[in-house]
Amino acid sequence: MELNVFAIPGTSRENKTGSWRVFWPKYLHDKCIGCNNCVIFCPEGCVSGSGKGKEATYQADPDYCKGCGICAEECPVNDIEMVREEV
Amino acid sequence: MRNLYNQNLFAPGHTACTGCGEALGARLVLNAAGPKTIATCATGCLEVFSSRYPQSSWEIPWIHSLFENAAAVASGVAAALKAMGKEDINIIAQGGDGGTADIGLQALSGMLERGDNVLYICYDNEAYMNTGVQRSGLTPLDAHTTTSPAGKQSWGNRTNKKDMPAIAAAHHIPYVATASVGYPQDLQRKVKKALSIRGPKYIHLYVPCPLGWGSDPALTIKIAKLVVETGLFPLYEMENGKITNVKRLAKRKPVVEYLKLQKRFAHLFKSEEGKREIERIQALADELAERFGVDARKKAASPSS
Amino acid sequence: MLKAIEGSKAVAEVVKLCRPLVVAAYPITPQTHIVEALAKMVADGELKAEYVNVESEHSAASVVLGASATGARTYTATTSQGMLLMVEVLYNIAGLRLPVVLGGVNRAVSAPINIWNDYQDSMAARDTGWIQLYAEDNQEACDMHIQAYRIAEREDIMLPVMVCMDGFLITHSIEPVDIPSQEEVDRFLPPYKPQHYLTPENPLTFGYLMGPEGYMETRYQIQMAMERAKGVIEEVAEEFSSVFGRYSGGLIEPYRLDDADIAIVSMGTAVGVIKDTVDRLRKEGRKVGALKVRSYRPFPKEAVREALKGMEGVIVIEKDISLGSTGGLAADVKEALYGLEKAPKVKGFVAGLGGREVNEGTVRQALSLYEVDTMEPVFLDLKEEVEGRRYA
Repeated sequence: MELNVFAIPGTSRENKTGSWRVFWPKYLHDKCIGCNNCVIFCPEGCVSGSGKGKEATYQADPDYCKGCGICAEECPVNDIEMVREEV
Repeated sequence: MRNLYNQNLFAPGHTACTGCGEALGARLVLNAAGPKTIATCATGCLEVFSSRYPQSSWEIPWIHSLFENAAAVASGVAAALKAMGKEDINIIAQGGDGGTADIGLQALSGMLERGDNVLYICYDNEAYMNTGVQRSGLTPLDAHTTTSPAGKQSWGNRTNKKDMPAIAAAHHIPYVATASVGYPQDLQRKVKKALSIRGPKYIHLYVPCPLGWGSDPALTIKIAKLVVETGLFPLYEMENGKITNVKRLAKRKPVVEYLKLQKRFAHLFKSEEGKREIERIQALADELAERFGVDARKKAASPSS
Repeated sequence: MLKAIEGSKAVAEVVKLCRPLVVAAYPITPQTHIVEALAKMVADGELKAEYVNVESEHSAASVVLGASATGARTYTATTSQGMLLMVEVLYNIAGLRLPVVLGGVNRAVSAPINIWNDYQDSMAARDTGWIQLYAEDNQEACDMHIQAYRIAEREDIMLPVMVCMDGFLITHSIEPVDIPSQEEVDRFLPPYKPQHYLTPENPLTFGYLMGPEGYMETRYQIQMAMERAKGVIEEVAEEFSSVFGRYSGGLIEPYRLDDADIAIVSMGTAVGVIKDTVDRLRKEGRKVGALKVRSYRPFPKEAVREALKGMEGVIVIEKDISLGSTGGLAADVKEALYGLEKAPKVKGFVAGLGGREVNEGTVRQALSLYEVDTMEPVFLDLKEEVEGRRYA
């Protein structure tokens, strides 16, 4: 087996922690004020986007989002809804 | 702060628990420090959830050695960089509360006392979480942990948190600060400021642990704010021994609001005697607020350095 | 050029010539003279290095670990309790495959506290994955340090090396030593240029977590590097000889073994005493010889077997004991000879613990007792009256 004394940076991206999720943050893109709280507070660092209101593009990455609900909790205008995921 | 996702120096795919405050803290610290940074890391959750071979969440050069030597390894990195004339690289040492205030305290003291050019970050989640929530020297009064359980004869942990920032400050280092992941801009500003100063720096970062504290993962940020808003964890900066900045509050919230969100304090809410314990915790918050001048309407008492 | 100089100072002189970039140390007798001398060289600008005064041996080892991982050549030294405190870090340095060189001054361990020489300290670090070389005299201690860096830093080895030298007997004794010139050392020892190290230009992750799927392979790799080190230690000793004009290294050193019936095996300064005793015994008509084990880890079992086969008997005299079993060297020698057709009878003797003198009488006592049916290991020079130590 290939075995090094080091690991390659950023390779945890291969580990799709999205499979842990029970609830999914549904970004409504309605009242969004573009405050970026969802981006800043995500423990996975897996939320990205920009814009406001209906032009907002914020999304969590389904590959990594563990469904903690912090983004929904910290959204000041309740524009993110936690929904149980269809299996 | 826009579109940080692709510039994150702490990659997703790490195996921190849902809603982990420490994973958030590490990402905020690294992004503030930037790519020209070498980090050391103590054994603990942060190391375990970020570096299982062959994967790594770290996008900067990073080394984990042992539980108690993150500061000493960082001193070695600093000495090597100095000897090689590469002193334009940031060096950050990272440890949890146990790795910092208990088993790693001696090595940290050595690093601080020698004046090594290292920023030490203590990720404080108030117990040994990686081994299953055992009490550390930074576990707060009355918290239930697996080695300070609440029971018929006990309210949980019998002692207050060791004053780790004061211990760091006693080494007369140029910069000491407290921070909370509830206040990310404040944290990142402090990291940048610390890294702009030569010599040893210490930031004590409060990071909630939903698993160990029995809190809703969605409430990690709320709790990280409440601990500050109640006065239990004042946010301040200390430069060259003098407190230069304190986060002041127009109206402090009662500690009950903070305690009631965490199962580790649930036993305090079950009896009249428990209420007296909550009063003790309130008194502690009042004392801390007084000492650091947290209440905006009161004039700050001269803070101890 | 020969110079009469204290062992510690000579070692420090030689370490300086190896140009370490980072030295970290904590004081402990009888190691301290080495790092004091290095500190003075840094203070005087003779040695361009960062000298880190740490608060414990645990941190001394951790500092050189961090510096080595950043790509610097490093040095530290310790002994006794300090080495025991370091052991956790020693495993880690070897596991991270960092070519740290450590001066391992040999001293007894507590309790009772005792500052004099034996090998219980480095024996406690035997299984850490460090190469362990044992010096017979001051010159060898010096020469082994230079060779240690060459061995450690080879890409096919990348293991730390501990140069073991007897506390006081080497560190505090004044002997004429040939200290090489900087030019000679530079010719033999090029600057350390690691392939992988901590740098923002290639931000690798070191010290990862490894589960059952790969941990065993990390240990297998160290074991394989140890096997390769057997060849490399010999090779480096030959190269050393061609640059410096003296052979001072290698895995083992046989002494008057060719026609011997009985071989006396040992390590460190005791070998000198044994060689002198062999010379006297030869004059008395006894066909004895000696075998010095210079490299204890890796243990050169093939070379030891080759050197000892055909002997009638083998006596192992060592300054250590695995309490409840036997001395470490005796166990290794027995293992090396096991299965050999007409394997010699091997008997283990423990001597010189806590600085008790090992002299001609000690060696003669071993020779007289080796055929007597006694419990093993035999404690040599034991004072019978202390056997019944009172606890109440």
